[in-house]
Amino acid sequence: MPPARILTLWITPELHRPSPIIGGMPHVLLIEDDTSVRDGMELVLRRHGHEVEAVATGEAGLKLLSRPRGGGIDITVVDLMLPGIDGFEVCRRIRGRGQLPIIMLTSRGDDLDVVSGLEAGADDYVVKPITGRVLEARIRAALRRAGPVTRTDSDDFAGLVIDRAGLTVTKHGTAVPLPPTELRLLLELSASPGRVFSREQLLALVWEHDFLGDSRLVDAAVGRLRAKLEDVPATPRYIQTVRGFGYRFGPL
Amino acid sequence: MRTTRSSTAKSRARGTAQSAPKSAPNSAPTTAAGTAARARARLPRLDGLRGRLIITVVVVALISAVTATALAYRESRDAVLKRAQNAAVDDFRNRVERLAGELDVPTDPRTMARFATDVSSGVRGSLVVAQYRDFTAASDPSADRTRITPELRAAVRTHTRVSLQRVEHGGKPWLVLGAPVGLDAPARRGGSAQPSGVEIFAVVSLAEEERDAADLVRTVQGGLVPVVLLAAVLALLAARTVLRPVRRLARATRRLAAGELSIRVEEKGRDELAELAHTFNETAGALEHTVGELREQEALARRFVADVSHELRTPLAAMTMVSSVLEEDADQLTPDTAHAARTVSTETAKLARLVDDLIEISRFDARAVTLHVHEVDVAEAVRATLAARGWTDRVEADLPPGIRARLDRRRLDVIVANLVGNALRHGTPPVRVTVRAADDRLTVSVADHGPGLAPEVARHVFDRFYKADSARTRSEGSGLGMAIALENARLHGGTIDLAPPAPGVGAVFTLRIPLRTEAPS
Repeated sequence: MPPARILTLWITPELHRPSPIIGGMPHVLLIEDDTSVRDGMELVLRRHGHEVEAVATGEAGLKLLSRPRGGGIDITVVDLMLPGIDGFEVCRRIRGRGQLPIIMLTSRGDDLDVVSGLEAGADDYVVKPITGRVLEARIRAALRRAGPVTRTDSDDFAGLVIDRAGLTVTKHGTAVPLPPTELRLLLELSASPGRVFSREQLLALVWEHDFLGDSRLVDAAVGRLRAKLEDVPATPRYIQTVRGFGYRFGPL
Repeated sequence: MRTTRSSTAKSRARGTAQSAPKSAPNSAPTTAAGTAARARARLPRLDGLRGRLIITVVVVALISAVTATALAYRESRDAVLKRAQNAAVDDFRNRVERLAGELDVPTDPRTMARFATDVSSGVRGSLVVAQYRDFTAASDPSADRTRITPELRAAVRTHTRVSLQRVEHGGKPWLVLGAPVGLDAPARRGGSAQPSGVEIFAVVSLAEEERDAADLVRTVQGGLVPVVLLAAVLALLAARTVLRPVRRLARATRRLAAGELSIRVEEKGRDELAELAHTFNETAGALEHTVGELREQEALARRFVADVSHELRTPLAAMTMVSSVLEEDADQLTPDTAHAARTVSTETAKLARLVDDLIEISRFDARAVTLHVHEVDVAEAVRATLAARGWTDRVEADLPPGIRARLDRRRLDVIVANLVGNALRHGTPPVRVTVRAADDRLTVSVADHGPGLAPEVARHVFDRFYKADSARTRSEGSGLGMAIALENARLHGGTIDLAPPAPGVGAVFTLRIPLRTEAPS
């Protein structure tokens, strides 16, 4: 874990930037060790209007992100299996520094890897082999989560203040930095307190996945959100589980 | 007491007759009740090795006992009778000799009668008949004299010694003695005495001797039952020493047949049974070795497939990634190049699907799959599966609302997609999907309206890479879809069955899984 002081350097600009891609090209950091796959992805993403920084190792990717303003990167696509620092560690270090959206590249059948990657802070994952179109759609969806929202009011839920205009969350006056996916999940749930959302609904609302999305994405994001918001994550007050159905915000 | 026991035996026999066909298809019952039933079933069987052994020993014991009894009876009877006979002859001769002196010839009937009575009193009071010329006198005039046969009379007439004959009369054995009465002690002087013309006969009862012999037989007969019982017990004991190793061997064979290839039996002693046990152990060892080798080879082959699939994945990832570029730009290419580009693109997608399925099935083989169970609205899930593949308009769906199940939604999707895809590819429309829930089980049936599956196809429909139509070398699917569907169903603790062919109904595949699958923790 890097020292806390460096963290603040990172969090502040990101948190106060509602939409990092307005007016510019989405800037993608691609960390993939296989040359052909990396080149193929770079080619496809460029054709879809992204700026791409493609590197072969986690070290190179992290070095690029440690440049001023994070190297101008809007989103990271990282392969889990990397020589040197692996994808999980890259996720953890990126999450330790800020709220940059992360999409993992996994191989089929590595179920445990998916779970570990989500726990490390990844927002979404795609399974190789994947078509350029699908990858592009996932990147767009992840970026949209960091984009503007329709409601701009503020709510105070027993000390938990959700500022929809500023896209900030504070708890008892302390800022709680949240990555776009977790923030969007909290916004969707808190918009209708007491309403039960199924995992499928949340996948569609937050991740823009079709009906076959992986519900573990929701579970992992809820887990990460609880760890940051709840006093006792094991007995959550804000984001409650409705067994057999899904999740709901409150009742408090 | 005896009736109770025999009725128990009967009821046991009935119990066996009922349980025998039932236990046959069942794999070895392991409960205590089952063991007890088997032990009971063994007892009344007489066609088994034990029964045959017991019967043989008992029959041999019976035959020897009866033969011994018969021989003993004959010998003892002869001895008893001979002794009685000798005694009677001695008594008769002594009596006649002693009384002959008082008899004058010619004689008168009165003297004759007295003579007969006197002789009779010396010969156990038997009937004594004296005859002189044409008149006879008897100790008991009313007695039946037919027991004195003409042969004996003839013998007495021609011999000077005592003649005797054993006759059966009125169901009783009699000894009839006869002798000519000499004028003076004839027997002792070499038979030179003058016959007096008086012939004397005595009829002695042998009933008592006969009874003694019969008593003896009865005694021996009484001893026969314990002897046979003892023989049966001994046979039982002998049968056990032989049968115990046989039964042990039979048990080991059953377990070997059930797949327990490491089973061995104890080789005790040097008899034929020990030899058999040795052969069994050798066979089991060879079998275990061969099967082990085969399994190893199979595992190697599967690992090879898994490794190859994984190796294919990285180049495929690159190809799949850029194939969309080829497709997008195909319009700007010359027709030939565009065709080539599109072919490369579609075949890359197929190859990717094949490798996906290969990796998936390898993971099932390696048991590296896990269930992620959630509460799922089944109708919604099936509808989503159909919609995701653009099948909504091609499939009739009977999806009652409100069926909720705990299962792995993505695996259900794989199963339904493979069943429906198979029906759409190989069956005849309309394809119909029916969801039902009953008795804690969820059933999803996929039916087409074609001619159904031929039996040889039905047998292999879940086999990997099985192609029903050999002419069609390649189809849309990977050839693994049905196998993967079945593995997924089994992972849920369920099955996929193909309904037996029926007229007017096409192929009907039915997925049956528990409504609530418990996730392995």
